[in-house]
Amino acid sequence: MLLITQTALELGFLYALVAMALFLSYRILDIADLTTDGSFVLGAAVSVSLAAAGHPVLALPAAMAAGACAGFVTAFLQTRMGVPSILAGIITNTGLYTVNLMAMGWKSNLSLLKKDTIFTMLRAVSGRLGSAPLAALWEQWYELLLAAAVTVAAGVLLHLFLGTRLGLSIRATGDNRDMVRASSVNPAFTVTVGLCAANALTALSGAVVGQYQKTVDINLGTGIVVIGLACLIIGETVLGRRTVGRGIAAVMVGSVTYRFIYAIVLYTKVVPIEGLKLFTAAVVALAIAAPTLRAGAGLQRRRLAAGRKGGR
Amino acid sequence: MLRIHDISKTFNPGTVNEKTALSHLSLHLEPGDFASIIGSNGAGKSTLLNAIAGSFYVDQGSIALDGRDITFTPDHRRSVVIGRLFQDPLRGTAPSMTIEENLALAYLRSQGEKTSPFSRIRKKDKELFAEKLKLLGMGLEDRMRQPVGLLSGGQRQALTLLMATLVTPRLLLLDEHTAALDPATAEKVLELTRTIVEENHITCLMVTHNMRQALDMGSRTLMMADGKIVLDIAGEERAGMTVDGLLRRFRAGTGHDLDNDRILLSE
Repeated sequence: MLLITQTALELGFLYALVAMALFLSYRILDIADLTTDGSFVLGAAVSVSLAAAGHPVLALPAAMAAGACAGFVTAFLQTRMGVPSILAGIITNTGLYTVNLMAMGWKSNLSLLKKDTIFTMLRAVSGRLGSAPLAALWEQWYELLLAAAVTVAAGVLLHLFLGTRLGLSIRATGDNRDMVRASSVNPAFTVTVGLCAANALTALSGAVVGQYQKTVDINLGTGIVVIGLACLIIGETVLGRRTVGRGIAAVMVGSVTYRFIYAIVLYTKVVPIEGLKLFTAAVVALAIAAPTLRAGAGLQRRRLAAGRKGGR
Repeated sequence: MLRIHDISKTFNPGTVNEKTALSHLSLHLEPGDFASIIGSNGAGKSTLLNAIAGSFYVDQGSIALDGRDITFTPDHRRSVVIGRLFQDPLRGTAPSMTIEENLALAYLRSQGEKTSPFSRIRKKDKELFAEKLKLLGMGLEDRMRQPVGLLSGGQRQALTLLMATLVTPRLLLLDEHTAALDPATAEKVLELTRTIVEENHITCLMVTHNMRQALDMGSRTLMMADGKIVLDIAGEERAGMTVDGLLRRFRAGTGHDLDNDRILLSE
């Protein structure tokens, strides 16, 4: 049980960055950014390739920069070229498949055997802790510590950023574009910055996951956008989304919760593990459809009530 | 100040829906002018304001503000010096952001080029916002951390007015900004408009459907028909003008009666 908890927490924090990216693109900018799947793999590919070359730390900013570039392409297509936003994401995502293969040296998977990663580097600290029990404790928890530290740091930075002039303009863009123009800010610019930041976060998630698993596969990102949305929605159901700070905390809670459910399903086999993506898709579809369903049910009830009043 | 020279705009050219909204229109506003525009349905009143704000580019002619040609300046650049209110009170504010954050966006507008994009709301700014909100007399200064979506239409329109004038604009465009409000609130917002415009000597262009308002507010009355300005009165001529007189002048100028299904002939 401890192992399940620990793994769920680790994966939860690692993948929370994807949900955080979707919080920025989907919730704040009101854009369904389908670049996510591709930029997650891009981040992982860049990160693992660089770690294989002996630069595990440099790999993180490099992966973020690569993700930001992917976001820029999507943003450019939709703000300057008039491509509908969903299509812009799909186009970039398709192109990224080739780019990702290229980043992995034209192979469909890449492993880090006996290479340093940010995780092994942190693990090595235990040797300097002195006492043996402390070192053992460290070796058990260092992965969670690193995963949580990266995600919490990204969350704090995102929260600070959204309080700045630029951040406020980005938030207003999803809310009321007319008003953004009236505040002498070009919405094309705020959308671009927002999507760059969101994809940098997604790529960072991919980068850390890649080094955590010591491997990257070209199909690693399939469906990650739906899983991210599921985490976002679970988190918002638990914590609400009244303020930005709450929204950011919610994605972490949601992501950890999702990984718990995942781990329990994996362990108890209530749902066959192959069916989990279908299950996730259904949950997300239902959650997003909920307001419409509720309105429809309300109308049906009123109709029935009105029918009875007619008294046939 | 504002110099519009011979502008025209045709929507959907070459289709059955072709509509000439502005036709060889020229207008010149002096600094401090407060002109109200009245006219028939589809006369081009809102189109004129949209042309000035830059919602679209005109097909011909030129627009200059303070001697600077802005004919091809995009709307978000024009908004550095042009403030604007729409009829729909929801269009001017971001509902999920707090009052404070909305004001901050408006406030940072003028300082756009000077301040870093990473600057934050300072304590001094918040005090200024509270002080300005107090002038509205709606108690909004105590609700600065609430999302704007919780406010009523009238409160949102008053807030938008404050945002548009927080940094004094060179030109203020009001597009029937009280038409969607209930009479008492409309009166209040109008009074605020009058005070703010007068105190800051803002040059202002206001579209209204209230004939009385068009004569009482400001210093100049314009009437539009078929994309043109057909009547432009100010000074003594305007002071002695009545609603009936205005209607007669309109008929004399255009050859037909003023036709606007929402127009208010009197109070």
